[in-house]
Amino acid sequence: MSVGASAGSRLGAEQMTVGYGGDPVVRDLTLDIPDGRITAIVGPNGCGKSTLLRTLARLLTPTGGRVRLDGDAITAVATREVSRRLSLLPQSPIAPEGLLVRDLVGRGRHPHQTWFRQWSPEDEQVVEQALRMTDTWELRDRALDQLSGGQRQRAWIAMTLAQDTDLVLLDEPTTFLDLAHQVEVLDLVSRLNRERGRTVAMVLHDLNLAARYSDLVVVMKDGAVVASGPPQEIFTSQLLADVFGLRADILDDPRTGLPVVVPVSAPAPLPL
Amino acid sequence: MAVLHATPFRLGVASWLVPVRAALVSLVGGGVLFLLVAVDLSVGDFPIPVGDVIRTLLGGGDDAGQRFVVMELRLPQTMVAVAVGAALGLAGALTQTLARNPLASPDILGITEGAAFAAVAAIVLTGASGYGGGLVSGRLQEVGLPLAAFAGAITTAVLLYLLSWRRGLDMQRLVLIGIGLGATLTAGTSYLLVNARIQDAASAQVWLSGSLTGRGWEHVRPVLLALAVLTPLALVLIRSLNAMLLGDDAAQGLGVRLQLTQLGVLFVAVGLASVSVAAVGPLAFVAFVVPQVALRLTGGSRPPVLASMVAGGVLVVAADLITRAVLPFALPAGIVTAAIGAPYLIWLLIRTNRRRTV
Repeated sequence: MSVGASAGSRLGAEQMTVGYGGDPVVRDLTLDIPDGRITAIVGPNGCGKSTLLRTLARLLTPTGGRVRLDGDAITAVATREVSRRLSLLPQSPIAPEGLLVRDLVGRGRHPHQTWFRQWSPEDEQVVEQALRMTDTWELRDRALDQLSGGQRQRAWIAMTLAQDTDLVLLDEPTTFLDLAHQVEVLDLVSRLNRERGRTVAMVLHDLNLAARYSDLVVVMKDGAVVASGPPQEIFTSQLLADVFGLRADILDDPRTGLPVVVPVSAPAPLPL
Repeated sequence: MAVLHATPFRLGVASWLVPVRAALVSLVGGGVLFLLVAVDLSVGDFPIPVGDVIRTLLGGGDDAGQRFVVMELRLPQTMVAVAVGAALGLAGALTQTLARNPLASPDILGITEGAAFAAVAAIVLTGASGYGGGLVSGRLQEVGLPLAAFAGAITTAVLLYLLSWRRGLDMQRLVLIGIGLGATLTAGTSYLLVNARIQDAASAQVWLSGSLTGRGWEHVRPVLLALAVLTPLALVLIRSLNAMLLGDDAAQGLGVRLQLTQLGVLFVAVGLASVSVAAVGPLAFVAFVVPQVALRLTGGSRPPVLASMVAGGVLVVAADLITRAVLPFALPAGIVTAAIGAPYLIWLLIRTNRRRTV
């Protein structure tokens, strides 16, 4: 579980400032995504965590500083080349009505294909592996819109897996899922990391899931990183009060030793 | 259905994924189109048996008179119908896929209206209509109208692109602004017609209804040329369009250059739509309905490219056949394409809904 000095970092932000015109959403932010680890980015709504992830994926261009990919500014790397090294699952991806799971996952091969090589045996093989690993092989001939939320999200993750990149960015992969499906999706993410050695950076809402499933947690507030490190080191009552305005106790999970956030309800204003 | 979905086609290191059902629909459609063309060529004041027409088309046939009637008199008009149908079908399929919205066809987005406005302006302002308000002829028809229509379409498309831009191309905005532009341009066209000489207004009206009558090779050539250049471009762009169906973010994540693709698709669609309008006037509903009909026949997740082209050809040739042979009075083909296309789409929609609910 040791994170830090020994791990290299292919992707990171260097004094990065980014916004949508007007006030910057993320200001002067520096962050390394450690290779071969799972990094979770957490923070209150509007803190700029999605903006950070989108900029890391080259969807947004920083107005100051840069995003570094393998030592170069990511804006200097061709779009297609970026997509061969880094895959992204957007926050609320859309799919046309009737799109089959196999077609969706097949789209993940786009960066590796040319007009004359649109479906090579390798494409077929990688897509099959992606389907099997995400347990969507049996669903491959079903339309995406007929699946449950959890199955659909697994299919989308299969698409990023078919893209066959070492770096995987996930923007709130568990939104709109019930707890069982959130765990199912994050178990899968954890397997991508352990079995396939993928570097994962993901935006998460749920602090307990972030603590449970990531090696490194990055806590953001108002467009800046407030704390980052292994969850057991950085999750404190003080931090949660400062960042989320949340009164909470931090307990240790007796099974994993990982921190568990237990919110404390505010004292009733008036005795009833 | 699953088995019929797609099959890999490999040739050495080259490989494609062939959508089986779409390929079958295109093949069968191609056969239907060929038969319709033969029938279309056989009917007229001087009827020729369909068998003779096919023989003549395939290079046989010894009757010089039949040969002249088929190849010189009738073939150009039929070929215009095929080419324009294919061009409009392709243009509609591309824009509807780009915008992820079935409303986004050139005739709904105002591009056709822009071409029509410019062409009517050319007819009315030069006051050069034929004797008795017939079809425009001479240099105005051959050079002036195509140029005017093309300029009108391109100008409208550029305006549409600029007005829809808001930190990227917003497709919702594109459709709404396009509908607004279309309405404005239609009003402008009406204004021109009201103020025109009666002869000019009459010949403009004939052109506005979308007429295939009296088309010669000079009408066919520009459309065929546009198809020859723009179809391969469309086939290249469709790969990126497939990825863009997953949303802008996902497409960029897959290495698609969004703006380049958007501009390319609009360029191809505007080019095809404007040469079609220049050749036969604004044929109503073809670009809008055909890709949706083709989609329901092929059953994919976006309007199919080839099947839309074939279906477009079928619809327009059928319209030509109906106006020339079935109806007892002459009616512009544009009215027939609207009359066949729209109800057929409605029927398909109702049928698909029923099947889903059952």
